Amino acid sequence: MTAPLDVSGSAAEAHPESVLAGAGKAIQGRSLTRIAWMRLRRDKVALAGGGVVVLLILVAIFSSPIIAAFGHPPLEFHQDQIDPATLLPKGTFGGMGGEYLLGVEPVNGRDIFSRIVAGAWISLLIGFLATVVSVIIGTVLGVIAGYFGGWVDQVIGRIMDVFLAFPLLVFAIALAGVIPDQGFGLEGNGLRIAMLIFIIGFFSWPSIGRIVRGQTLSLREREFVDAAKSLGARNGYIIFREVLPNLVAPILVYATLLIPTNILFEASLSFLGVGINPPTPTWGGMLSEAVRFYTLPHFVIFPGLAIFITVLAFNLFGDGLRDAFDPRAH
Amino acid sequence: MLTYIIRRLIGAFAMLVVISMVTFGIFYVVPQWAGATPEAMASRYVGRAATPETVHLVAERLGFYDPVVVQYGNFVKGLFAGAQYDYGAGVEHCPAPCFGYSFITGQPVWPDLLDRLPVTFSLAIGAALIWVVAGVAVGVLSALRRGSFFDRLTMGTALAGVSLPIFFTGMISLVVFSYGLGWTPPGGAWTDFSENPAEWAYNLLLPWITLAFLFAATYARLTRAGMLETMGEDYIRTARAKGLRERQVVVKHGLRATLTPILTLFGIDFGLLIGGAILTETTYTLPGLGQYAILAIRTQDMPQVMGVVLVAAMFVVIASLVVDLLYAVVDPRVRLS
Repeated sequence: MTAPLDVSGSAAEAHPESVLAGAGKAIQGRSLTRIAWMRLRRDKVALAGGGVVVLLILVAIFSSPIIAAFGHPPLEFHQDQIDPATLLPKGTFGGMGGEYLLGVEPVNGRDIFSRIVAGAWISLLIGFLATVVSVIIGTVLGVIAGYFGGWVDQVIGRIMDVFLAFPLLVFAIALAGVIPDQGFGLEGNGLRIAMLIFIIGFFSWPSIGRIVRGQTLSLREREFVDAAKSLGARNGYIIFREVLPNLVAPILVYATLLIPTNILFEASLSFLGVGINPPTPTWGGMLSEAVRFYTLPHFVIFPGLAIFITVLAFNLFGDGLRDAFDPRAH
Repeated sequence: MLTYIIRRLIGAFAMLVVISMVTFGIFYVVPQWAGATPEAMASRYVGRAATPETVHLVAERLGFYDPVVVQYGNFVKGLFAGAQYDYGAGVEHCPAPCFGYSFITGQPVWPDLLDRLPVTFSLAIGAALIWVVAGVAVGVLSALRRGSFFDRLTMGTALAGVSLPIFFTGMISLVVFSYGLGWTPPGGAWTDFSENPAEWAYNLLLPWITLAFLFAATYARLTRAGMLETMGEDYIRTARAKGLRERQVVVKHGLRATLTPILTLFGIDFGLLIGGAILTETTYTLPGLGQYAILAIRTQDMPQVMGVVLVAAMFVVIASLVVDLLYAVVDPRVRLS
């Protein structure tokens, strides 16, 4: 601020993006997405987070071959690894070694590595699909509230306020607790996964809804919407063709930030024993079993680290994505 | 200000209505959607060995054949006026607030809840105090020393804190501080405040810090961002130009303006707090509402779970209302309107 501005130079050619592109190159038109991508590429922390996210997704998708190559089936008991007197793993560091990469569980000797890898699949599946549910509900209600305004906005705004202040975990615990063993044509953990996706998604939509509502409110006043209106476009056309495409970036950013919250939500429910039923491996469920074995740090640390790394990676990537699309937001 | 207070009171009432509807829906409507018949729901009240006729009779007496609206009406009436249970041989009166009787013990749920409320209440209030004070203090200091080692260290810790599940930090703290170093009592330790306040605080210290850590991280990040923005405002420059001491500029002009959005957030965070308290209680095996609900779910004792849900929701609504009213005192725009 204190240095005098250099007005003698090539002020006429100055272009905000030339700084990013590097001097000397020909200036060409770039879409917002390309500008965001260029900003993101310079954000090393966000890229590292994104890299871990991609790695985790790959691990989740290829969990079966990975377990087959490096571990034992996640539900298989290995009593030969357990000391019958103490029920603790025989080897040092909880039985860690080439055969069992992260050691074995006490009592039944299940392979912790396989269970962590298998748990990644369930965590990410629920985290992603619950976010999809929240995005759908949040976008529909947010666009309606922001676009039509008036009493519609009032009502939806009130609902969002109530939801934001709701003791969500308490209600989710109750709801997950009353789910029967079968219903809606599904049974067992298939039903529980479907219900958890719905419950978590249903309770976390207002964070997306608020953002979408705010963005729609400002988009509604923009020139291109006025232009479409003056050409006689109907509300449906304006919403789908003019407003929604401009909402893709913010929705993408806040969906990325919602995924880790939802993963934590699932882990909490499984930790409390109202999520996925054992013996299906989940990170939260593994931690709740580890409560009884404080003398075995590896049993606590690996599932805990799995949750921490996943949530942190998504948070870092999401923060970077937000800064890339809207540097002023922070 | 009066209109503000009335609006908030109406809002709190509306929230209670919504909560009663959602709770009713969860415990009476959702099971039926999922395919449970009135007989199946009534059979939980009578045990395994009942004949179909008995089950049918109980379902009728509990009103499971009535339309949903009538059932909801009776449910709300039970909360405010108590309920009459007609057992055929005699009529039992369940005094208000009637949350029903435990499937397992046959005892009314409300006294149980009253027993456990102090634990959750102590945990939640103590943690809330710690996180607001620590979060705001760290946020302000980081903002004032932007870019310093302290700033980078605390903001790094805060980012990690947001990503750590409470039950993981709780378990690690127990392993390190209780079982390793022996500084804090083991899990499950609880003393009532009226018995021995010092021991009460000593037993709750680790759970408080565990629960507060997660929220303190969020509040530190928000306070830092808010302070950085406020300290760049013109009126801060004016205050400095007037020759005010730096301390006064930061506290009276900077922090005051930053605190308002923080307080708003605090008002809506009680819902998350009660969820966090449940996780903390389970991790430290404290005999509070959360542990009660979890045990009840394992035995499928629905009236107990419902009681916890309603009491927790009530706590959230009342706490948010108190913060909203405090807001009116702090924010002159509200106070003077």
